[in-house]
Order: sequence, then C-alpha cells, then structure tokens
Amino acid sequence: MNKQVFTETEFVTAWISGQLFGIPIARVHDVFEAERITHVPLAPAEISGVLNLRGRVVTAFDMRTRLGLPPRESAKKQMAIGIDHDGEAYGLLVDSMGEVLKLSTETLDAVPINLHAGWVAISTGIYRLEDRLMVVLDVDKVLDSRKDTLAA
Amino acid sequence: MEDLLQEFLTETNESLDVVDNELVRFEQEPNNAEILGRIFRLVHTIKGTCGFIGLPRLEALAHAAETVMGKFRDGAPVTADAVSLVLVTIDRLKSILAELEATQAEPTGTDGDLIVQLEQMALDGGVPQAAVEELTIGTLTPQVLERPLRPGEVSLDDLERAFRDTAGPEDKKADKGGDNRRTGERRHPDTLPNGNQTLRVSVDTVERLMTMVSELVLTRNQLLEIVRRHSESEFKVPLQRLSNVTAELQEGVMKTRMQPIGNAWAKLPRIVRDLGQELGKDIELEMHGAETELDRQVLDIIRDPLTHMVRNSADHGLEMPADRIKAGKPAKGTIRLSAYQASGQIVIEIADDGRGLNLAKIRKRALEAGLISDEDHPTDAQLHKMIFAPGFSTAEKVTSVSGRGVGMDVVKTNIDQIGGTIDLKSKPGRGSTFSIKIPLTLAIVPALIVQSGGERYAIPQVAVVELVHRASNANLVEDINGAMVLRLRDKLLPLVSLSQLLRLPKQSAAESEAFVVVMQVGQSLFGILVDDVLHTEEIVVKPVASSLREIKVLGGNTILGDGAVIMILDPNGIAESIGATREDRTIDDFSKKETVLDDDSLKSVSMLVFRSGTGALKAVPLSLVTRLEEIDAKKIELSSGRPMVQYRGGLMPLVPADENAKLSQDGSQPLLVFTDGGRSVGLIVDEIVDIVEDRLEIKVASETPGVLGSAIIRDQATEIIDVAHFLPLGFADWFHGKQGVAREKKKLLFVDDSAFFRNMLAPVLQAAGYDVAALPGAKEALALIERGASFDLIVTDIEMPEMDGYAFAEALRANARTAHLPVVALSSTLSGAAVSRSERVGMHAYVAKFDRRGLLQALKTASADLQEAA
Repeated sequence: MNKQVFTETEFVTAWISGQLFGIPIARVHDVFEAERITHVPLAPAEISGVLNLRGRVVTAFDMRTRLGLPPRESAKKQMAIGIDHDGEAYGLLVDSMGEVLKLSTETLDAVPINLHAGWVAISTGIYRLEDRLMVVLDVDKVLDSRKDTLAA
Repeated sequence: MEDLLQEFLTETNESLDVVDNELVRFEQEPNNAEILGRIFRLVHTIKGTCGFIGLPRLEALAHAAETVMGKFRDGAPVTADAVSLVLVTIDRLKSILAELEATQAEPTGTDGDLIVQLEQMALDGGVPQAAVEELTIGTLTPQVLERPLRPGEVSLDDLERAFRDTAGPEDKKADKGGDNRRTGERRHPDTLPNGNQTLRVSVDTVERLMTMVSELVLTRNQLLEIVRRHSESEFKVPLQRLSNVTAELQEGVMKTRMQPIGNAWAKLPRIVRDLGQELGKDIELEMHGAETELDRQVLDIIRDPLTHMVRNSADHGLEMPADRIKAGKPAKGTIRLSAYQASGQIVIEIADDGRGLNLAKIRKRALEAGLISDEDHPTDAQLHKMIFAPGFSTAEKVTSVSGRGVGMDVVKTNIDQIGGTIDLKSKPGRGSTFSIKIPLTLAIVPALIVQSGGERYAIPQVAVVELVHRASNANLVEDINGAMVLRLRDKLLPLVSLSQLLRLPKQSAAESEAFVVVMQVGQSLFGILVDDVLHTEEIVVKPVASSLREIKVLGGNTILGDGAVIMILDPNGIAESIGATREDRTIDDFSKKETVLDDDSLKSVSMLVFRSGTGALKAVPLSLVTRLEEIDAKKIELSSGRPMVQYRGGLMPLVPADENAKLSQDGSQPLLVFTDGGRSVGLIVDEIVDIVEDRLEIKVASETPGVLGSAIIRDQATEIIDVAHFLPLGFADWFHGKQGVAREKKKLLFVDDSAFFRNMLAPVLQAAGYDVAALPGAKEALALIERGASFDLIVTDIEMPEMDGYAFAEALRANARTAHLPVVALSSTLSGAAVSRSERVGMHAYVAKFDRRGLLQALKTASADLQEAA
C-alpha cells in the first residue's frame, strides 16, 4: 500500500511556443486579451509595455523573452494571464490559453536537471499528463527577473 | 511639553509593538538581516527620543537592549534566551511608559537588574536562565509558534493586533499599541463634547477616498473625451457641472491629506538645544519654509530621517566651539533646515556650516567595510555616497547621540521607500548640505501631452516653462559638435531630442521634432524636442511596476481620457540623464549666494565693475549679465511710479542698483540687463567702469539686501551685488505697486468653451490678483456686457463653437464702450497666420493655452498699457 498522500491542484494552462505551462489557479487574477499595449521606453526586454485593464495599469510581461524563446510571429490576438505580484498587476503574455486542469501530485515530477538553467529557476515541477508534459511556473520567480540575473 | 510627551508615547508604543512582532519573527528567522535591521533601528530611535526628551531610565534600558541587538547584527548567535531577555526588556519599557502616561512623569526605580543581564548578554552571549525567570514581570508571554507559519496563517501577534486595532461596539479604542493594563481605566476624558471642531479620521478612510477620487477624475476625463467628439451633446452642461464638482472634491480630499512640514520639525528645536548642551556646542537651528505642505503619509515617513539627520549634523557635522574659532568661524554653529517646492517635487535641505565630511576617514572606513578596494579611486562624490551604505559610520567613538551606524542608511531606506532621492554636497571646512527630493507620487497633476516617435507622453506642467514652435519662429536650432542648442532670445538653450533620449524608433524626418518644450528643473533650463504637442490634461499619477522603477526618465504612468496608458516623463530624471543638473550657470548663479562662495570661484572670474549711488565701486560676475545697454533717458517711462523701458517688444522694469541711484534726466542711461526664465530686469547704474579678471573672494559678508559682501578687486574694496535680489524685485514690486495704486482688483472676463480650461485658468488668474468672470461662450459674454457689466481686460479662447475669438474681438471693437479694452487671445495652436490674424482684429496679445506665465505676462503688459491710456 502506498502511504503517500496526494493532493489535487487546479492549474490555468497556456501554450508558449508549443510547450504547455501551468500556473496554480489561486495565483491567477484573470485571463484577458492584451490590447493597446503602450511601449515603455528603456524598459527591460521582457517587459512589452503597459496597458489599461478596466482602469488599472497592467504591466505586460513577455513570457517568450523571459524563457529565451524567439518572438511570436502570428498576429492573432494576444492573450495574457493576469497576476498580482507584490501588489502590482502584471499580465503574462502567452501564445494561447489551454484548459483549466485539476491535477494530482501523483503525476508531479521534479524539474529535470538537464533543463535549461533559466527554465529550472522559474519552474517548480513537471506534471506528466497523458499525452504531454506541463511545466509548472513559479510566477514570483518569473517576475523577479532581477534577482535571477544576480544569481547567474 | 505635554504635546511632545503625548506624541512620544503614541509613537513609542507603536514602535514597541512592532518590535514585539518583529522579534518573534526574528527568532524564527535568525538569519534575516532585514528584520534585525528594522528592530535595531526602532530600538535605536526609541533610545534616541528618550534621551532627548529627558527620560534617563527608559534611555538606559533601550541603550542596553540596543547593545544586545548590535551583537546580533555583528553575528552573535540568536538564542531564545537572548530574545526572551530583549522581550522582557520591552515589557519593562512598556510598563514604564504606562506609568509615564498616567502620571506624566517617569516612575522612579531602577532597571539595574535587567541592564546587568543585557550587558552580560552582550559580553558573552549567555545569561543564567533562572535570573530571567525571576525578573519576568509576567505581562507578556512571547507567543512563539513551534513551527513556521503556513501560507495563509496569521501569527498570534498579528491576530491579537488585529483585535486590538479593530473598533469595538462602543469604540472606546485606546491608543494603538496600548497594552491591556492601560486601556480604559486611566484614560482622561480629555476630548470634551463640542470642544474642538475637528474630527480624527483614520488614514485608511482618507486613502480610500483618495483612490475613489482618482478613479472619478479618470472617469470624468473619459466623459470629457467622449463629449469632445460630439460637439452638440446634451450631456455637455451636466458634464461641466460634474467636472467642477469633481475638481473641488479632488482638491478637498487632497487638502485633508496635506500637512505643513513644520509639524515634523516641531520637536527639533528642543532636540537641538538639548543636544547642544550635551555636546557642549552652541547651535542655532534655522528653519525656512515650515509652511510647505506635504502629503501626510510622506511626512510620517520622513519625520524620523529628518530627526536623524539633524542629530548627525549637530553631532558629527559641527565642530566644537574652540575648533570653530580656530578655523575662523563664529563659535556658534548653524544648522539650516529648508523646504520648498520645485518642479513638482518637495525639496528639503539640511545644511550645516561645520567641518564637512572627512573624506580620508570615509575612504578608510569604506576600505575596512570592503566597499572599495585599494585599487579603486572613487571620486569625492562617490565617497560622499558611501555614508548611505548600511552599517557605515565614521564616528570614532560610539556616543549615545548618534553613531552606531544607524542613521544615514535608515534615512536612505525611508526616502527610497517613497520614491525620493537624497543627495549630499560637502566642502571640507565649510559644511555639508543634504538635499532630499520627494516626488509627487500620488498626486493628480496637470500635464502637457506630447507626442514623439508615434507615442504619447505626459510632461508635468510645473516643469514646463514655455513652448517654442520651431518652424514658425525665427528661433534657430544649431549644432555644436553634435550637441543641439536653440537660440532663444538672449540665451543658448541646450536641447535634447525626446526620441533619442528614450531611444525610440526613427520617424519620418518631415514632421518630426517640430516643437521645443522648454523645461526648468531646479536651477537648470533645457529644451526637449518633441514631434507634436497635443493638449493638457489633469492626470492621475500611477506608479510604474517596480521592475520599471529603475528607468529614471519615467516618473509613472497614467490612463488618459481615451483609455490609453501613457508614460509620464520625470523632469528631474531627464535633467539628470542629460547632465543638466550639473550646472547651468546663468540661472544657477541667480538663485544661491553659495555659488559665489564656491571654491571654484576662487579661480579668476570676469567681473563687471560699475558705480552706482554712493560712489563705492560695485561689481557683478560678468557671466550673470545678459547684456549691457545704454538707452536714451527720454525713453524711460514711469508706470505707476515705477520706471520701465520698452525693450525688445516688451516692457522691462528698471531697478536701481542702489537706493541713492538717480535716473538720468537726459542723455543716456547705462543699464545692466539680467534675464531669468524669459523675464528681463534692467539694473540702473551710474557708470560702467571696467571689466576685470580677478579672483573673487568675498572678505566681508554683508547684511545689506542686494549686496553679497565686499571683495578686493584690483586692490579696491568693491561691493559684490546679489543679482538674485534684484530680479524678483523688478517683477514682484512692479506688480504689487500697481495693485496698490489701482486699489481695487482689475475685472477680467475670461471666455472659453472648455470647462476644463476655465477651471484650470480661472484660479490662476484669481491668484494673480484679478477679479475673474468666466463664461463659456462669446455670445454669453456679449450679452453680459450688453446688460451693463464692465471689465478692464478680456481673455478669450480662439477656437469656440458659434462665435470664435476673432469674431468676438471684432464685436468688441464695434462697440464704443468696449472698443478700448485690451483683448488677449488664448489658443492651443500657435501659428504665424493665427498671430497675424489676431493682430488684424486688434487683439493685444496671442498666448498659448498652456503657457500660464506668458498669459500673466501679457496681462501685465496689457494692463500697464491701459494704465498709460487712462
């Protein structure tokens, strides 16, 4: 008998460059289409700009740049996952949204050691889904890019 | 004294509560230097305050606790025993405070028992357990959880704090942080019903109001934007009312948050006096600008840092009287505190005339602390900055006054927290000046919306001096080795392209950078090239995300009426990034006497020597003089008793360089023309003697206004005049003088279809001394005049529905009763054609809507003409 206790967590999932990522649903404020992004001059590369989401200024954060991936080519609508980080509103720009999945820790694995160091730093684990793998993102680490660069 | 004590009690109780909580956290995370730093600072502050307020028992106890905390900071192991001991000490402090509050006097008794243990702890890091138990007073059991808190859990202390801070049904809430023994029983009924017509409202309530007002302003702007697109909307009138009410509400809420900075200074004179006695120094504390208002929240945050800095100045900055006399300075040292508003920022300066920073010592200390290595050769300015590093202190001995290395790093932390900056200038033997700049982070500010590289940006109006249209003006942009400059009247204005500054993609050359926004930041003046100037808007400054805060040229972002987010430029950041803060001599020298006393000025300077009045030679640095003029004495006109001369298309006030200076009756009159921010003043002199190159060293400071002091120039005693004294004289006096003669206010009719501009400009005009009637249209204005209303001046918008400004001016000309009235046109577009058309219809002046200063200037000129005609 297996004595290990498994817990279930719900994830908001999204596709970035053909890879599925998941963010614990508790951290996700909302999902929206990012329109009229205002470019912020002199900003770090991963910050695409700022936008107005129902009267709140949201900082748009380009996940592709953060993950070291090439920029998106398709001109389809730009989806974003709204996150609150240290009281500030961020929108993580992703290619497209996936479903909300309820996953058991039974299928959770540690981050493989051979993963790109930049990815290791911002993921907390990998879920083994039936047909693919889902990388769990630690949004706080994703957004704390400065600390990262210091560590590197 | 009672006020002081009450404030002290409230503050200290609050601090102790925090220390309680933090200590408990610290015990769980003994390696968290941040928590330790906070505790240490709090205890240090408590100790300091006790010392100054004359509470030796509390001070001794806090000092002992601080020593233990200092050991932790130096890496001593954090044991539960040690933390308990400190907690017990805090309990003791609290019980003494409770007594103090009840009896208004520090209870007698001694804390030798605790102090011995604390000292023992500090020495060897251990204490017999039994002794602690014996001494525990038993009021507080440190509520330590055996395991770290899980996410979402709240510590017992937080929970208890939440209970205490929540108003009960009867809301007999005691002072925050009061412990149970104090609550209720010892409260005096000091607030009598109907006694005081003020209410205490929690800051949260005001904060919430502020947030809602900000939202309201945004919504109002959105509505205005929509209505702007539908000119015939029935919403227009109710929206105007909504807009007015919003503006008033906004102002009201802002006002509730403002407090004069003097509130934070109130304790300082006493502190300085006591400190002076303790240290054996004679110290004078000067305070300027105590009425400068600051946001309450900001005020709370800078209160402690200011106190620290004043203490530091007294302790480290000023020398002992004997040393001062030896150095040729007065025995009495001076600490000068000043506060003022400049380009949307509050600037607070703490200056002393002491020995200045000891660079050698800082370098040594920085080496020891590993901040620099032997190979590093930091500049003086870099060395100065090092005193803000954590744990940095050059005090040779640890005094109870300052010096444990708490101080400047705390100051910097607090100021950083509110997005401010701190800067420091120091000259060996002459003293140090700290300047703190606090930006307006939460305010609603009028801003100029400009466009560059296809994006819009907001520039806070306060920093904008004027706008120059490149094409329609003879102003030439020239290039000196890649640096752009603009010939603007009598000066060269450094220019910087906004798109280059922000590294924006290149636009088509055809229409780019058509406007120059002339900005003034502190004492420096520069121009920003932008593609287009759109309009002005009241914007709500929203802070940018922390990851963007490093970008100095951006001061925040805002949501415009049309829903777009745009970035707000930070004038100070821009000035800094283009190096304008270093120096713009022409203006800099006008404002501060210190510049002349600067070391740099010991090099030779070109001086203009002249004679005026009593015959003693006078001189002024040539660099300050814009131009020398000899005018025909007959051209001098007297306007309400003040001499003026028509000069370059405007009226220039003339000011005598000496009370006894006489105007020439005929022949020519020599003048020195000074220009500052586009305004010129002519200084009347008898004779220009010579231009000499000499070292400028002021030997004797002067008390006479307008004279900085005396210097030896070419072996002759010469008075050096203070230009800064004469410049404002020309304008302020001229204006007030006129008011005095006219007795009653000039009646001004202001016609503008935009409620927004009416609301924005009417108060400006009122503040400038006019009796303002603001109307939304020319028809209404003519009807009012028809009904018999009379005015002295008219200001009208050009672009208006139904009847535009030109037609309005023509209608006025056609009426004999109003034909003579000076009309000043206001417009958001500046073009040569518009200006000439305004001249054709007999308008007096044509001013850009956003150029407030230009408007006031035009009105002054217009009313001066009126005076002449009358």
